[in-house]
Amino acid sequence: MILVWMIGILLAGGFLCWLLARWNTQLSKWAALLSLAAGLLIVGSVAWQYGDTVRSQATWLIDYRINWIPAFGISFHVAIDGLSLVLLLLTFFLGLLAVLCSWNEIRERTGFYFFNLLWTLAGISGVFMAMDLFLFYFFWEVMLVPMYFLIAIWGDSNRRYAAYKFFIFTQAGGLLMLLAILALYFVNATQSGVYTFDYFDLLNVSLAPETARWIMAGFLIAFAVKLPVVPFHNWLPDAHSEAPTAGSLILAGLLLKTGAYGIIRFVLTLFPQAAADIAWWAMLFGAVGIVYGAMLAYAQTDLKRLIAYTSVSHMGFVLLGVFAFREIALQGVIMQLLTHGIGTGALFAMAGMLKERLHTRDIEKMGGLWSAMPAMGGMALLFTMASLGLPMLGSFIAEFLILLGTFPVQPALTSIATLGLIFAALYSLRMMQKVFLGPVKGASPPKDLTPRELIIMATLGISMVLLGLFPQPILDMVKMTVHQ
Amino acid sequence: MIGFLINGLLRKQLSKSLTSILGSGVILGSFVVSLLIFFQVKQGHTAVVNLFDFISVGKLSIPFSFQVDQLSSIFLLIITGVGFLIHVYSAAYMHEEEGQHYARYFAYLNLFVFSMLLLVLGSNYVIMFIGWEGVGLCSYLLIGYWFKNIDYTNAAKKAFVMNRIGDLGFLLAIFWIIGKFGTVSYGNLFEQVAANAKTLEGSAAIVGITLLLFIGATGKSAQIPLYTWLPDAMAGPTPVSALIHAATMVTAGIYMIARSNILYTLAPFTNTIVAIIGLATALFAATIAIKQNDIKKVLAYSTVSQLGYMFLGLGVGAYTGAVFHVMTHAFFKALLFLGAGSVIHAMHHEQDIRRMGGLKKYLPITHLTFLLGCIAIAGIPPFSGFFSKDEILAAAYAANPVYWVIGVITAGMTAFYMFRLYATTFLGQFRGAEHLHGHHPHESPAAMTIPLIVLAILSVIGGWVGIPEVLMKDAHSLEHFLDPIFAASSKFAHPHHLSHSTEYGLMGASVLLAVILIFFAIGRYSKRPELGEPTGFGKVLANKWYVDELYNAIIVKPLNWIGKFLNNFVERDVIDWTVNGVGKVISYSSRQVRLLQSGQVGSYVLLMVLGILAFFVIQFFVKK
Repeated sequence: MILVWMIGILLAGGFLCWLLARWNTQLSKWAALLSLAAGLLIVGSVAWQYGDTVRSQATWLIDYRINWIPAFGISFHVAIDGLSLVLLLLTFFLGLLAVLCSWNEIRERTGFYFFNLLWTLAGISGVFMAMDLFLFYFFWEVMLVPMYFLIAIWGDSNRRYAAYKFFIFTQAGGLLMLLAILALYFVNATQSGVYTFDYFDLLNVSLAPETARWIMAGFLIAFAVKLPVVPFHNWLPDAHSEAPTAGSLILAGLLLKTGAYGIIRFVLTLFPQAAADIAWWAMLFGAVGIVYGAMLAYAQTDLKRLIAYTSVSHMGFVLLGVFAFREIALQGVIMQLLTHGIGTGALFAMAGMLKERLHTRDIEKMGGLWSAMPAMGGMALLFTMASLGLPMLGSFIAEFLILLGTFPVQPALTSIATLGLIFAALYSLRMMQKVFLGPVKGASPPKDLTPRELIIMATLGISMVLLGLFPQPILDMVKMTVHQ
Repeated sequence: MIGFLINGLLRKQLSKSLTSILGSGVILGSFVVSLLIFFQVKQGHTAVVNLFDFISVGKLSIPFSFQVDQLSSIFLLIITGVGFLIHVYSAAYMHEEEGQHYARYFAYLNLFVFSMLLLVLGSNYVIMFIGWEGVGLCSYLLIGYWFKNIDYTNAAKKAFVMNRIGDLGFLLAIFWIIGKFGTVSYGNLFEQVAANAKTLEGSAAIVGITLLLFIGATGKSAQIPLYTWLPDAMAGPTPVSALIHAATMVTAGIYMIARSNILYTLAPFTNTIVAIIGLATALFAATIAIKQNDIKKVLAYSTVSQLGYMFLGLGVGAYTGAVFHVMTHAFFKALLFLGAGSVIHAMHHEQDIRRMGGLKKYLPITHLTFLLGCIAIAGIPPFSGFFSKDEILAAAYAANPVYWVIGVITAGMTAFYMFRLYATTFLGQFRGAEHLHGHHPHESPAAMTIPLIVLAILSVIGGWVGIPEVLMKDAHSLEHFLDPIFAASSKFAHPHHLSHSTEYGLMGASVLLAVILIFFAIGRYSKRPELGEPTGFGKVLANKWYVDELYNAIIVKPLNWIGKFLNNFVERDVIDWTVNGVGKVISYSSRQVRLLQSGQVGSYVLLMVLGILAFFVIQFFVKK
């Protein structure tokens, strides 16, 4: 029941924001902040309560199920294990910071904005815990539509195009997934005579290799678009660069993770054999994505587009690691999901802060900002180093474990992937140099971080360092999930 | 107990010191601790201190732990000792900086010392790697310390990226080691290797691992082909050049190979590569140094060249010799750099030696200490450089006389360019009056000269811990001290012994050559320094054999071009065009069914949901 609360609080909070904004926009902001804080508190308490269980037992921590549309075998079935728990923590953590990020940025239709923001987050939380495939698809759509509005209404100058592109890409993938879900549903029904969308029932279905391949393809494409895998990544730079700051933060920090989560939770378990068959190809696409995304990041002049391409590169590591079928690599992947969420989220938040001050995203027009804003420069340095995977920071642990896990499986592809680390150094340092170093450009020096901004960046920074120094608690938390 | 002390100090160093006193104080503290550790280790106590489990996944466990033994204690002393002197020196050298940047400088410097200690104290390769990248970061930060100058930040970027290329070799080596042996802890790993020495010797795995590790070392220790970042790194403040780019960080590669000596002993092929690369770098960098006119550039190429010597030593199995040279080099090169800093300070940031000359009169302490440093690096007995260089050269002769010949030629060139530098800077007429608007340069304050004096004394006597067997029996105390580290591998080594007369001959030859070239250089450059632009072959040398231009043309430019190509063509023209094309086709066809569609996404979604429901309703009836 506590899981339903997590989603419910967001949905209700969203409505509340919308309603309150009719009288007072300030109240609406606080409502959004408080509902996320409450949500984070709930997830946090769950993590605290089940901290020991998750380490030692391979059971689902919380499992809640009621019938929804029993005629079709659809139930409202939510459950979490270590993996879901970790990702839910990330969701509420970043969600809270996303609200803080948009505190002053959003001046129009504030209530509706926070409604969309909270509903997207509700959809994401739902995706991370739904154990009924129909419900999963339902949440998948719930996170999509409000996101579309976030980009299309509060985005930058080219927002319409970006929003359409985002919607069409993910929707096309979503439809394929729906077809695949239905196919699985019917195959199961003909075999067992039971019509059900329940994940645990469908795990037992035995598929002919040919069928399995096609059904898996449906799932995989939907998740690959979301992740994104090159060449399905095209929506991402547009959507990320046009979205409002909090939108980019949630897109990069959370939405992309749903793709990775989908692959780990559904593709690997429902179709183990078919997934093993395509492993080499998937890893190849991962390695290509790493290098390709990094090279493109290097060529960008738009700060947000640059960060967007680094996401493509970092998510290549996820694909590479997942299909290595190694415990170490998978641990690294989960770590990568967290650290990328934090690191890239922080970079987008920073890009938003810079845009508020300079009214541009063009890094050619920036330079020498360290003199005026040493605090932000220091934070930027930290996250630049995180994006190139410097040891002592979380992203190093992630990439280290992924590459360590894939090396014995595919030494050649791993070596290609490590080239990505050189490119990562190139684009990260180029970004740092263009924005913060060099001669001062522009007439009036911008203000340094405000206390609110400092809280956002410092929280993210501290979590990044903690993950880098003490990764073991997280590794323990997902150990049992990964082990299976 | 020791571990606890170190740890406490390391934590302190992380904190941003607001004053130079705090900054230097913590280093002094850790120097004292290092001394205590040294005496503990000397009595035979070594220890591995386990702090916490860093990563443990499945069967693999990587602890966050430190190891104190003979090798690490030597490096500890060098890092904290020289580090402390340089912190004191910096306090005076950097006094013109604003408060905020001054604090930033000391924070970076302390972070550097912390990372470097992590590097040498780690008890496994992963911790070493963490320190390894950490010092790379600090080097990047300090080279680009004056961040408003775009050239300096470019130099910083170059240093980081070239180091990164090497680091990947290191990283892959770690993966391979874990894959093959299942552990990265030195103790466990080396035991396994020693136990299976017979089967491992010369095997692909061991050769591969050692080669990859060596790639890491070429990046950090500036060897061919990854050396070009080091001369550019001179963009940083001079004390930084002394500490990071001469005395400590660049010797990390030597530490790594010395630490892995047993792996290298079992991979003769890699050893040959190491020796050849080292020798080639030594010679190549020395040729460039002859024609440089920037006082720091000469020293930078000299550093590259001396590092090449150390790799030669490692390659021919003279591990003690290499570590010995690390130590003496740390003394005299730090001295020379700090001396150069003192000159630059006196000359108001002028670095071109063609505008100096005759400084002997104005900077007596700097002059004398610099001269001692030059003699030490030239390898004149009984100065420190002689003993360590001689040990490496003798081992090189034993392995292959050709190595020795090239090594001695390089040593001669070293003596020549160092005294060219000395004579042009300190002797002859003063030529900098114009730059200083008629003022005379003044000697630096005590905070700068005292470190110079201390380092000068060390440069003179530092070699006496390693007096070779032929000159004095049982006087090579460094070798006895380090014996436990290299004992395991010496069982598998194939040592060559030289007769005493050969050894005397070799020593005599190299010293004689050095002395002749020193007098030649002084005679030539004190009276008629090279003031014009070099011509002919000299120009090729002055332009560093055009290696930077070559790298630029074959690597940097194509990379930029590919990036632009991917962005402008593949992304924009191919993928976007396809996507938008598909979109156009759809919108065209949708216009044909416009009656059904309003063009608003909201209603699409509605329709879709209705469609899904309809689907289910149909299914429901079919089922019945």
